[in-house]
Order: sequence, then C-alpha cells, then structure tokens
Amino acid sequence: MAPAFPFTAIVAQDEMKRALLIAAVDQDVGGVLVFGDRGTGKSTAIRALAALMPKMQVVAGCPYNCDPAGAKPMLCDSCVAAAGGTPLKTRAQPVPVVDLPLGATEDRVIGALDLERALHAGEKAFEPGLLARAHRGFLYIDEVNLLEDHIVDALLDVAASGENVVEREGLSIRHPARFVLVGSGNPEEGELRPQLLDRFGLSVEVQTPRELATRMQIVRSRDAFERDRAAFVKKWQRKEGRVRRQIQSARENLDGVDVPDRVLELAARLCMALGTDGLRGELTLIRAARALASLEGREVAGEEELRKVAPSVLRHRLRRDPLDEAGSGTRIERAMEQLFS
Amino acid sequence: MAETQRPGGTSWQDAQLAAALCAAAPATLGGVLLRAGPGPVRDSWLALLRDWLPAESPQRRIPVHVSETRLLGGLDLAGTLQAGRPVAERGLLAECDGGVAVLAMAERASRATVAHLAAVLDNGEVLLERDGLSGRAIAAAGVVALDEGLADDEAVAPALRDRLALHLDLRSLSIRDLAPAPFDAAAIVAARDRLARVACPEDATEALCGAALALGIDSLRATLLAVQVARAVAALGGEDMVDAEALDAAVRLVLAPRATRLPLPEQAGDENEAPRESPPEQGGGGDAGAGNPAGEEASASEGAMQERLLEAAVASIPADLLARLQAGAGPRQRNPGQGKSGALQRHRLRGRPMGVAPGDPRSGARLSLVATLRAAAPWQNLRRDPAARAGGDAASAGRAGTGRTRPRVVVRREDFRVTRFRQRSESTTIFVVDASGSAALHRLAEAKGAIELLLADCYVRRDQVALVAFRGEQAELLLPPTRSLVRAKRNLAALPGGGGTPLASAVDMAASLVEQIQRRGGTPAYVMLTDGRANICRDGSQGRQAAGEEALAAARMLNATAVRGMVIDTSPRPHHSAEQLARALGALYLPLPHADATALRDAVQAGAR
Repeated sequence: MAPAFPFTAIVAQDEMKRALLIAAVDQDVGGVLVFGDRGTGKSTAIRALAALMPKMQVVAGCPYNCDPAGAKPMLCDSCVAAAGGTPLKTRAQPVPVVDLPLGATEDRVIGALDLERALHAGEKAFEPGLLARAHRGFLYIDEVNLLEDHIVDALLDVAASGENVVEREGLSIRHPARFVLVGSGNPEEGELRPQLLDRFGLSVEVQTPRELATRMQIVRSRDAFERDRAAFVKKWQRKEGRVRRQIQSARENLDGVDVPDRVLELAARLCMALGTDGLRGELTLIRAARALASLEGREVAGEEELRKVAPSVLRHRLRRDPLDEAGSGTRIERAMEQLFS
Repeated sequence: MAETQRPGGTSWQDAQLAAALCAAAPATLGGVLLRAGPGPVRDSWLALLRDWLPAESPQRRIPVHVSETRLLGGLDLAGTLQAGRPVAERGLLAECDGGVAVLAMAERASRATVAHLAAVLDNGEVLLERDGLSGRAIAAAGVVALDEGLADDEAVAPALRDRLALHLDLRSLSIRDLAPAPFDAAAIVAARDRLARVACPEDATEALCGAALALGIDSLRATLLAVQVARAVAALGGEDMVDAEALDAAVRLVLAPRATRLPLPEQAGDENEAPRESPPEQGGGGDAGAGNPAGEEASASEGAMQERLLEAAVASIPADLLARLQAGAGPRQRNPGQGKSGALQRHRLRGRPMGVAPGDPRSGARLSLVATLRAAAPWQNLRRDPAARAGGDAASAGRAGTGRTRPRVVVRREDFRVTRFRQRSESTTIFVVDASGSAALHRLAEAKGAIELLLADCYVRRDQVALVAFRGEQAELLLPPTRSLVRAKRNLAALPGGGGTPLASAVDMAASLVEQIQRRGGTPAYVMLTDGRANICRDGSQGRQAAGEEALAAARMLNATAVRGMVIDTSPRPHHSAEQLARALGALYLPLPHADATALRDAVQAGAR
C-alpha cells in the first residue's frame, strides 16, 4: 500500500485534527464526525491518523484483537477459555483503521457463517466481519450520510453496546467490538439519521481555507507528496514520531487528569443553557476536555480545555432549527461568552 | 489556438491536448468530464485517447446500469459453483488499473456508482467487502465521464465532477472542426517518463491558487489538479519546468470550467460569503494583462501572471455560463437521485438491496447466491448421506462435470434466497407561490410564513423542496429540487411582490418539474398558493379572460399526471377563480380566510394525509 499523507503535514483544519487526536487518546469519547466541503482533506486526515497511532498489544491468534490486559467482558469467549489462569500470549500490532466502504454488505459488516468451511467441512464456523476487525481501533465510513439504512441499523446497536451479537444462519456468537466511529461526508448530499448522529461524540465542520497563503501551502505540500511520496513521508517522520509519543503518554496519563468541580459545573450549565438533550453531552464534554488536557501534558482539565472542545462536542446535539442560518457553532459561542465571562 | 472555437465550447485543439494529458497520467489527473452528445466528435476523441494510451493500459467502458458486484468485484457465480468454495472475480475498476474507465451516461449514474468511482480516484485501490469476500485490489485509473445531459438539472454528480481534472465541452464542435493530432503515442510515452521530474515553480503555484480564488473555486482539489495538469502539459511539451503556456492550458481546462464567478472586483458585491482575499492588481480589468515586463518587482510579475491567467480563464468560460455568472448565480448544484428512468424496470429488481429473504428466483427476483449457499451449507453432511439423497428432489447446483454424479453442494428449493430491493422514493414538494400584485397586497407575507413552517416539516421528513414563484411576465424557478432548506428560506425571503399574475406559466413550470422529478424516480407533490386570478398569458400579453382560460387548460394538463396537489386560496374571501383552478387541477382546495401561518400549515398537513 502506498504511504499515506502524514498527519502532521496537514495544513490548517485545527479543529478536525484536535478532534481526531482526542478520539485517539480516549476511545470512549465516542467517535468523530467530519462534515464539510469537498476537497478539504477529510479523508486524508482520517487515513493519516492510522499511521500515527502507537502499536497496541493483542492476544496472539485472536480474531477480535482482544486486549490481553482486559477483564472478562472485554475478552472474547475463546480468549477467556484460553486464559484459564495462565497468561495469554501477546503480540504488538498496529491499531486497526478499518474502512467500511459504501457497498459493503451486511454479512461482511457484522460477520457471518464461514462459507468455505461450511461447504467443505460441514462446520459451522463464524467468519468475523469488519466490526470484529475494528475492535479497539477505528471504523471509518466515508460518505457516512449515504450509508444504507440496514447497515446503519446494524452499526447503531454495536456502537452503543460495544458488543456485536450475531444471531443468524444458525450461529450464535457474541464478541467485543469497541471502536471509534469516524464518519465523513458532505451535508449537501444528505442528512444523517439522528440516531446515528447521536453516536458520534465529536462533530467537526470543515471549510475550505480562504486565505491565499494557506491554500498555497496546501497545494505545495500536496504536490511535493505526489512527486515523491517516500521522501515526503521521511521528511515528516520526526514530527510524526513526536505526536505519536504525545498520544502515547496522553493515554497513559489520562486517568490521572483531574477535573475540578468548578469545571463540571460549568459544563453542566453550558449544556443547560443550550438545552441539549440527555446527559451524553455533558459526559462527552468532560471526557473530551480531560483527553485534551492530557494531550497537552496538563494534570488538570480547566476552563480553557472546555472552551476548546465545546463546539465539537455540542454542535450536533443542539435541537436544530433547520431554518436558522446562524448555525449551531455561533449559538455555542454565544452561550460560552455569557457563561465564561 | 481558438480559431475554430465557438463561444462556450472547448476547442478541438484543447480537446486533443486533454486526451493526451489523460493518456499520459490518467490516475494523477483523475480523468476527464466530457460533455458531448453521442456522435462522431465524441467517438473521435475516445479513439484518440485509446490510441495514445500505452498498449498495456486498459480502457474499459462502464455502462450506467453496472451492478456493484461487477464494478467492485465479487463472487464469481460459475466458478463458485464449480469449485464448491467462494471464488472471487475481479471487478471492472480493478481491471482498469493503469488505464481509463469510461463511464457512459455519467449524468444518470447512481449515487453508489459515483461513490465507488470517487473512492477509487482518491485511494487508487478498490476495497472489497462483500459477498463474504474481503480484499484490496490496486486500481490506479482515470475516469472519463461521458456527460450527455441536456438540461441544467442533468449533470454529473458533484463528488465525481470535483475529482476529474479536465472538463471538456464538445457540444459545439462538428466533424469539420476535427484536425489531425499534434501528438503521437511516442510523445505520450516520453511525457509519462518526464512527468515526475517536472517542477512547478513557486510563482506558478501562487498564480494558480490566486486564479482559483478569484474565480470563486472553493474546492482545493481543483487547484491541486490544476498544478498537476500544468506539470503534465509541461512534460508533454518536453519542458522540465512549468511555463506560461502550461499554466494557460491548466486554467483553460481545469479552472475556467469550474468558475462560479467572474474575477472582477465589482462582482464581489454579489457574493455574500466571507470576503475573500482579492488578488492584487485586478482593478485594471482589461488593460493590465498586456504585459508587465518580468524584470520588475517579483510580486508585480506574479500579479501579472495571475492576471493573464484570469483573462485566459474568462476567455474560455462558456458564454451562457458567463451570463449566468453575471446575473450573480453560480452553476446550479443539484442532488442527483437514482439515475434509472421509470417504467421499464421491474420493482423487484429495482432500488437498493436491503437484505435477503427466502423466495423463488424463478418468479423474476434476483437470486442471492451467497445467502443461498449459506442456507444450504449447514445441511451438506446430512444431504450427502446417500439415504437422504435418495429422497429425490435434491437439485444439484454445480455438477462439476458429466462424469461426476456426486454434487459438491446440494441445494434444495427451500434454500433459495432472493435479494430484496427497496426503492427509495424521495418525495419532493413543489411550492408554487403567487407573488403578483393582487396576492402581494393581501397576504404574501402570510404565505411566506406558512411555507417556512411547511419547510420545517419537509426537513423532518427529509423531503426535497422546490420553489416556483410567479409575478410579472412569467413564472420563475427560484429553487430546483433541493434538500437545502436554508437556501429555500433565503430565496423565499428575498422574493419581492407585485406585477401581473402569469398563472398559466406557473402551472406549466410546475408540470415540467413534476415530470422531471418523476423521471428521476421521485414522488412529487405540489402546493400552490394563489388567488387564482390570472391576467397574463403565456406570451406575456394581458387579458383576464384569455389568461384564465390558458391557466385552466394548463391545469388540466397537470391534472393528467395524477400528482397529488393542493391549491391554497390566498384571496381575502374565498374566490371562485381559485376554486375553479383547483377543480381543473384535480387538487385539494383550501380557502383560507384570515388564517395565520400556523393554521395554514395545519390545513396543509391535514390535506396531505
């Protein structure tokens, strides 16, 4: 496979990059939705993230990338059986970034009967699908708003429960499937179903940069990349390494980051002021702020972090007035101005 | 270079250049959007491309009704049955690797086809996850999209258009314009080798970026492609550096066809988006491009270069587009629906697949082989048992040869699974708003309010909306079918009132919209807000009697389409003319004496049910 465009070489689009990094640090933040104009580097950024992720430890031979350090609910049945008190064999593996292409069929997404073994040996074996492959990694859906409804239905349940339950063709299988859902799309081509929208922790709107200088910088670096990919990637290697270590240490320190009561209260008041439904907004707000603080090497998540993540966290959770041109972003800004003064 | 060029089209020389570029670097440039009717000109162009593509590079034609399986690859039916295990088949896109895929009737291509082509152009590979197969196949290919669209509403999907570098319009060329080619295959091969070494100097990049901004091209992909095209042109010319000629060609072929506004400072006024950084020194309009000597200050010469590029761009922007741009409207964007046209296809086979169900494939439904095999698989051991086989009705699928009697897979009728399809029929509500003097006097504002409320409902139901307004001389399509309610609202708010009531023209336009939507497989409905007092005929002449008769005749034509509709009488007191119109339309009639917007909406909702 050709090398991907380096994440650190992506010009501008800071909000998108920040949201992706937050999701990389704390998987439980709940996925990133990137909506915006054509040709703004949505797909580029998401594919670049794959190369940036530190390796992870998995149980050797496990089709579901089980975490050897995980407890029972996080392990698949075969790993639980294999463990039986003895330590599991492990190996390091890159974090999976699995593409869910538009034409994917249901059987490939959730997994199905292994046809070959069934026909040859008459065995009832399960062939894991994309959801299994994406466990502990990222599931990327380009053009997420064009995804077939029956695939969306399958995704919704798994994304909420973190577990894929397959009951079909005489199979009865359950395996862990916790992944960061990353979707990108162009709002002009269709809206997203509200249920699916809700599954995304962060949502980002990207726009084409309008300054000549920025645009030139993008064109220049992209041209350099096209002409000699290997050399370009090499040039950015050190910077990539630095961000990779940053993610690594942010993950390790995540639990140590303190969120003072004052910040909790601010988050709650912000959500109340904006009238977001449910508690998910608040929880995600805190989680994202904590992940960002950890990413920046801080031990306390403060107002500053809250401010930075609030637009991405709340944008898609506001009850939308389809005719309000101001957009959710401005409403959030306004609410923050009032609260944080 | 433009001797034979008629206003608006691409010259044959440019078309030849585009073919050469596409042959030299199909995957890098994405490909060509070729707007032309079928005929000798298009055939000659395709033949040129075929000749110039290196012998080992494939050129495959993708028909508009291509199935996803064939496009991406999937299960090889015959092979699978033969072997008794899943056998993969390469898709068309993978077969195009290194060459060009020619998409016929691109303007009718389904969303799924467009999305797959876009993914291949982005990644240079096909990702396969279907039919129990999973894999990647290299597919670094260009796409030539043949656009035969006539009307504005028929255009290639934006996602694809954006990714194809070269946009050609050959509609105005005839065979007489064709001239022998200035390149030969050897030159193309040389250009292929040279391409990687061609550099694009800083000021050239800047000029292209600036030109794109000034022409109102938002997508950065266009600029990136322009740089690649400039490099390819230079490579073709045997240069090692992008020169002025290469820049000109890039602007003509890539940027100019994408322009959404004219690069004149006065024009900035009708752009309501954030003020863009306007390129330096464009005040002069026509005179400055003549020639700043390059010896001057660096920035000045850059400015001059950009200026010249802009002039080149303006010169090659099609005339009709120019007029529209001057009127302040960019090229219309639209939402292509499923591109299949009606009646000929059976419902069982149409639409998007949504899972499988047990069924009989002989009744015309499509057999889902994978699901059928899956259903059969658990029973194979039992069925192979001779006793069970003696049962008789076992149909054997995949008898490997005449010599072998024992089937590899025993499939019985109860195993058959057929693919179910669902036709996603989008409904589109057409609002026809009377903005004439008589209506405006009474309650245009109220009607606007009601429509806004209805729009919110359309949003909830994910409906599309279209907006037709009529006043003065004739009806006007304010908004082609769209899901963008913000645009609908904006257009509505800006709608002025006053003037005559060209009702016949409005009904005609509604009828043509209805037909357009039906052709695309959607379900139209209309809401007409008027007092029904026509006084302008189709030809613009005045006269209440004649105009009224014309309107009623038009209404009866629309009635023949049997589309659901309603007429909301906006006159102060219920008036027989609106009621008459409703009767001719076969539509629901709702008189609304002094209702507020909410009452109006409630009435419409009640009527819609």
